[in-house]
Amino acid sequence: MDQSLNIKPTALFDKVIILQALKDSFKKFHPNLLIKNPVMFLVAVGSVITTYILIEDMIGGYFSAFNFQITVWLWFTVLFANFAEAIAEGRGKAQANALRNQRNQIVAKVKSNGGIALINASSLRKGEIVICEAGDVIPADGIVIEGIASVDESAITGESAPVIRESGDDRSAVTGGTKVLSDKILIQITSEQGNTFLDRIISLVEGSKRQKTPNEIALTILLSALSIIFLLAVSSLPAFVQYSVSASGQSTQNLVTLPILVSLLVCLIPTTIGGLLSAIGISGMDRLIRQNVIATSGRAAEAAGDVDVLLLDKTGTITFGNRMATEFIPADGISNERLADAAQLSSLADETPEGRSIVVLAKEKYGLRGRTVSDIAAHFVPFTAQTQMSGVDIPARDGIAQRIIRKGSSEAIKSLLKQNGKFFPQVLQKIVEEIAHQGSTPLVVSENNEVLGAIRLKDVVKGGIKERFAQLRKMGIRTVMITGDNPLTAAAIAAEAGVDDFIAQAKPEDKLNLIREEQANGRLVGMIGDGTNDAPALAQADVGIAMNSGTQAAREAGNMVDLDSNPTKLIEVVETGKKLLMTRGALTTFSIANDVAKYFAIIPAITGTLYAVNGSAGPLSALNIMKLASPESAVLSAVIFNALIIISLIPLALRGVKYRAIGASAVLRKNILIYGVGGLIAPFIGIKLIDIVINWINLI
Amino acid sequence: MQLKTQIISSIKILAIMTILAGVLYPVLMTVIAQLVFPNKSNGSMIEKKGEVIGSELIAQKFQSDKYFWGRPSAIDYNPLPSGASNLGPTSKALKDFVEERRKHFIEKNFLPPNTIVPTEMLFASGSGIDPHISHEAASLQLDRIAQARGFDEQKKALLKTLVQNHIEAPQFGFLGEPRVNVLKLNLALDEKK
Amino acid sequence: MFTFYDIGQVVFYLVALTILTPLLGGYMARVFAGEKNFLTPVFSKPENFIYKLGGIISANGMDWKTYAVALLIFNFFGFFILFLLQLFQSSLPLNSQGLPNVSWDLSLNTAVSFMTNTNWQSYAGETTLSYLVQMAGLIVQNFLSAATGIAVMIALIRGIVRKTANDIGNFWVDLIRPTIYVLLPLAILFTILFAGQGVVQTFSNYKVVTTLEGAQQTIPLGPAASQIAIKQLGTNGGGFFNSNSAHPFENPTPFSNFLEMLAILLIPSALVYTYGKMVGSTRQGWTLWGCMMFLFVVLLTISLWSEYHSNPVSQTSAGMEGKETRFGVTNSVLWSVATTSASNGSVNAMHDSLTPLSGFIALLNIMLGEIIFGGVGAGMYGMLVFVVLTVFIAGLMVGRTPEYLGKKIEAFEVKMAVLAVLAPCAVILVFSAISSVMNVGLSSLGNSGPHGFSEILYAFTSAAGNNGSAFAGLNTNTLFYNITMAIGMLIGRFGVLVPMLAIAGSLARKKIIPASSGTFKTDTFLFALLLIGVILIVGALTFFPALSLGPIVEHLLMLKGQSF
Repeated sequence: MDQSLNIKPTALFDKVIILQALKDSFKKFHPNLLIKNPVMFLVAVGSVITTYILIEDMIGGYFSAFNFQITVWLWFTVLFANFAEAIAEGRGKAQANALRNQRNQIVAKVKSNGGIALINASSLRKGEIVICEAGDVIPADGIVIEGIASVDESAITGESAPVIRESGDDRSAVTGGTKVLSDKILIQITSEQGNTFLDRIISLVEGSKRQKTPNEIALTILLSALSIIFLLAVSSLPAFVQYSVSASGQSTQNLVTLPILVSLLVCLIPTTIGGLLSAIGISGMDRLIRQNVIATSGRAAEAAGDVDVLLLDKTGTITFGNRMATEFIPADGISNERLADAAQLSSLADETPEGRSIVVLAKEKYGLRGRTVSDIAAHFVPFTAQTQMSGVDIPARDGIAQRIIRKGSSEAIKSLLKQNGKFFPQVLQKIVEEIAHQGSTPLVVSENNEVLGAIRLKDVVKGGIKERFAQLRKMGIRTVMITGDNPLTAAAIAAEAGVDDFIAQAKPEDKLNLIREEQANGRLVGMIGDGTNDAPALAQADVGIAMNSGTQAAREAGNMVDLDSNPTKLIEVVETGKKLLMTRGALTTFSIANDVAKYFAIIPAITGTLYAVNGSAGPLSALNIMKLASPESAVLSAVIFNALIIISLIPLALRGVKYRAIGASAVLRKNILIYGVGGLIAPFIGIKLIDIVINWINLI
Repeated sequence: MQLKTQIISSIKILAIMTILAGVLYPVLMTVIAQLVFPNKSNGSMIEKKGEVIGSELIAQKFQSDKYFWGRPSAIDYNPLPSGASNLGPTSKALKDFVEERRKHFIEKNFLPPNTIVPTEMLFASGSGIDPHISHEAASLQLDRIAQARGFDEQKKALLKTLVQNHIEAPQFGFLGEPRVNVLKLNLALDEKK
Repeated sequence: MFTFYDIGQVVFYLVALTILTPLLGGYMARVFAGEKNFLTPVFSKPENFIYKLGGIISANGMDWKTYAVALLIFNFFGFFILFLLQLFQSSLPLNSQGLPNVSWDLSLNTAVSFMTNTNWQSYAGETTLSYLVQMAGLIVQNFLSAATGIAVMIALIRGIVRKTANDIGNFWVDLIRPTIYVLLPLAILFTILFAGQGVVQTFSNYKVVTTLEGAQQTIPLGPAASQIAIKQLGTNGGGFFNSNSAHPFENPTPFSNFLEMLAILLIPSALVYTYGKMVGSTRQGWTLWGCMMFLFVVLLTISLWSEYHSNPVSQTSAGMEGKETRFGVTNSVLWSVATTSASNGSVNAMHDSLTPLSGFIALLNIMLGEIIFGGVGAGMYGMLVFVVLTVFIAGLMVGRTPEYLGKKIEAFEVKMAVLAVLAPCAVILVFSAISSVMNVGLSSLGNSGPHGFSEILYAFTSAAGNNGSAFAGLNTNTLFYNITMAIGMLIGRFGVLVPMLAIAGSLARKKIIPASSGTFKTDTFLFALLLIGVILIVGALTFFPALSLGPIVEHLLMLKGQSF
């Protein structure tokens, strides 16, 4: 299958995307689109005003180079903001297009009236039954109602190993766009066309149905209000200047022309954040997508940053999921080799991961090569619920007596011995208890009613997981491990993995209850789940990530889907959410802090000549602390700076502010220093430099 | 219905509060003040020969050379109503006033032209009836008063002690400015004869 | 000359204020929460009696809308009665001077002014209002407007503290408790102290005397002490006499001056502690208090520096225009900063005659929203507007949806907070712009040049900030100013107060998120710095153009010795 169909990372700036974005940024001048961003709309209105004045002047036979340049830069300001949004959308669009192409080529074999009809996948209806054979692409989301097949889901997940899909259990869900590799299955379509999982991914990736998130709305309100405040400040200025002109007895020269007022307004309103706000939101979603996580709403991506508690299944998330033999502990008087030999023999036919790990351990530690059961004519005794044991019976041969080897829980072996009038050795009882105490599972091996020793089966914690949890703790997130194990085992694993809390012997409803309880205490809960019984908890959690390998029910219930089905992904998701919010905060702070310098550029430009005596500079020219060359160059420099800062911050908006798990106070201190203090100082330097340049090349 | 109850409650509470805070409170306070501080609560009036000649807290107009002059007043010492010039720091009018007052004070008090006149004699007070001046401002007026009253050097020295005796130190030794009450000083001056 | 002796007075004042803050603050926290305190035995019976008379069930909580409606209705009646009292004062008792009825526009302005805790005075008390109006009208509103401010603050605290609740308390209880447990006892105490210093408290007629030089002088009297006590404690500021606390009968001695200054900031400062106590962390309270005190000291320093600096125009330094000898420059400046930090507005020196930068500080204090201690209740909830904005902007930077004391700050809170910033800002800028180009505005000016503009700017700033102090050279007893300023005062009061109640209601409905190491902390030095930054940038930057054409340019011109 064509690899380009995967949702794969694209470079931050791709040539094709940039060209497309340039085109799109002109389309975004449409008033209906502009009005959605009040700050930039205000800039556009200002641009229209200055353009009108420019044209009116030209009709009157007068051309002001200053007004012309101001007008051009104001339009650029809007254009740059449009470009930021377009480029953020562009990357999603490119990916969405590839997916859409793929979908449109699919042909479905629909079962109808005993026959099979070939129809285009896009006209499939919910409830229809389609047949997929090896090599077919599954036309739409559905459940397997008959048969079993291996399916290549790499188009959606990027995971190349095929997965098994079969009717009737947790693995019955199939996704449109994936490919059947072997066998034949009957699929009942569960979603209408246009509403399949693939469709949803396409529209999410594309950002076409993007709605403002709650935090984005709040920020937009703040930015709009600031714009109104500055609009008041700017529109009251002509009256104040008029008073000053008449109070100083100066000739009524027109100090405050409309283009200058518009310039002042545009410089003061938070255009930096206003222009980049939607790009930040879109690229936040995009970052998730590049981690192969599809959030069903921006709200979910944002909420991820707020998560206080993470619920993690032990199995598969914290541990590898299988217990593995890590040690043989012989009983008194028994050699290690004998125990290992017996243990291996008893496990040769045992295909469970535990059984295999015993064979492997015996081989690694004692050099015992695996033998096949048939070679020694052994009779394998499988595990049953009644006996709680498995083992092997090796008939007497070559002078060796018959061997009856059993392995099982200590309780099972104990009762076996009891039936035969033997006792369980006290010492081994102690060993068994200790193994259990350490969170491992003891298996006892006996041969011919003699106890040989114990095998330690251990839940192996994934490497690096402890560090991840430590990071989470620094972020202020509490981790809770959910496990069906007994409290003792659970506690040991919890300690080893470094989770903050655990719930042992958890029943499915315990998860839901825990989530409700944490939420009642005001906490936001994130969880990852895959099974059908996780669906209620996923739905209840504030951030519920369903694994793509999971059931349809689970995928529907969560508000994110992890295409990689990687349970530790939750951590990246949280980080992405935090980055999203941090980027908004940082650029808002930067934008507002910029105003100080802009005032010092423009106010003296407007008021510098007021109350001047005998042609000397007016007293307020003292406010020109940047020593900008002339009023015109001061205003122009500020406007140019204001426009350029938008374009130069696009990479930051797309990439996001760096996040490290160092605790809220440290993060804040760092960001304040960079974006707050930096935002105060940067424009002083920037405006001064631009002023030098435009005077050098005689723009004014 | 809710609105109606609230309107009724509003009126009732307002009535109760008006009686409590608007009538009982000021009346009770007046009774206590009249009993405990009868003179002060009635305006700290000063009597001369059984006749009330003013309040020690309210400045009177003194323009005769025989008296200590108080601070300039924007209301000409008529406290109906009290008030100030409200002239700002860059006011031409204020600048002229200050120059005129400086000149007037220096000339009338036979002071050397470069004398630094205490600022309270150059600027009008906030109330227009500020009863105090600094002791420096009082001392600078001694020559004029002595001459107007025909005092000899010995009596003039007494005049100096009179001013000294009328200095009110900062309250509790540190609050406010040291000052002289012009009306009290002039009353004492009249008694000196 | 600025001496150690002056520093000593300032330090003494600040230390006294600091010491009293937790004492009074702790007491108020108990009172507002309805807990037992040492005055319960005295006041619980009268309190319950008032509830009974008023038909109030004190246990009944209100949602924010009901609370706001009750508050508005109550304030309306307060306004209306005061309006009527003035209109018909000549036919009412206790008018020994036979003062005529007050014009409708002045009555309207004054009634709005006292109901909104502004106490702007377009009138001169001693020649306009009868004893009855001053007592039954003004004193009552002095108490009730202050209590209204406290009530809103208590409601807001409940909003913060309560979990998923609708009710933010009972307005009547929140109004009455502060009145009888806090304002009334303190007012009685201060009245007696003032009377002991020489503040008049009498129902006698004005006294006509023959002066030493033989002229006639009419000395106005009246029940002033009782009004002054509450005017200061309730951050009202409306003087009994025209020249307010510069008048020797309102403020006769340096000690009375000290007490009055103390009374200006006493309750506002203590309420910050009360706030901390009631939200469950005095550290939160002290952090905000620290910001306030820091700004206060910085602004006071600038103001003192300016006032002691020489004025090349009149060739003096430490000018005494509009100041009283007994207070001197230091106490006048200290008062001017205190009265504009709080929304008090009483004066002991004329602000119009302060040096440009001292006038600038006074203006700036009000423009910032009077959040440096501020008006009783109003200062605290005004500060919370900035806290909400700071938490929102800075909170994002730690990568979480911003939260304050466990409550999420979301679109609704931001909307209400910016409304509270926008409302007074619009009043100041729009009305100042109109007045500075129209003849109706300009004809009232008392000064020309940039100072004239400062007078207009100050008037509407004072109105919008519900301060009440003035650059009094501006004659505002005109139809134009009486009406525009009344509108300004109403918007400045209720345009902030109602949004704050809305925030209270919205916060009360939310859950409380327990703090973690990922939470943005609001009781740290870093937060204090941020808050100050937001106050200065968001609060002051808007007014930078206006300020530069008023006091700033005047300062620069004064240094050049230019006069107008």
